[in-house]
Amino acid sequence: MPLEAHIKEHPAYFHRFDVLWTPTVLILDPSGAERRRLEGYLPNAEFRAELEMGLARVAFMQKQWGEAERRYAEIVKAYPAATVAPEALYWRQVSRYKATSDHAALSQAAVELKQNYPASVWTQKASVWLH
Amino acid sequence: MAVQWIKDVDAALADAKASKRPLLVDFSAAPA
Repeated sequence: MPLEAHIKEHPAYFHRFDVLWTPTVLILDPSGAERRRLEGYLPNAEFRAELEMGLARVAFMQKQWGEAERRYAEIVKAYPAATVAPEALYWRQVSRYKATSDHAALSQAAVELKQNYPASVWTQKASVWLH
Repeated sequence: MAVQWIKDVDAALADAKASKRPLLVDFSAAPA
């Protein structure tokens, strides 16, 4: 569901959502809680991947683990070179862990991240799961 | 297909809640 807020038409909306720069895009969950914030222009593929991350986060925060894992997996598959790809891989495996309580899901994240995105901060975050 | 943008934030939030769908909000300063 898309909502457009132009600074000249709805300046109050900018204050309401703490928007200080344009363009800014927010992904809100159905209750109105912010789940992703994009500030500044992005190339098309990066922008689409960010929007998908927002939708995946909505599912994750609603504890829809299967849906979240599916969405994160699609991001990793569709945008492997995107900046958010390692983050998506991380949360894909966390979603799987949440659904199964199987620590192997976390170890797999660490291995895949180290192999595919060695310089990513998400690889560092997952490194504690390497055994 | 053209995007049907909503302009009223409260209406959009109400619709999102009623339909249990997420909401994308685009804050812009670009000329129309």
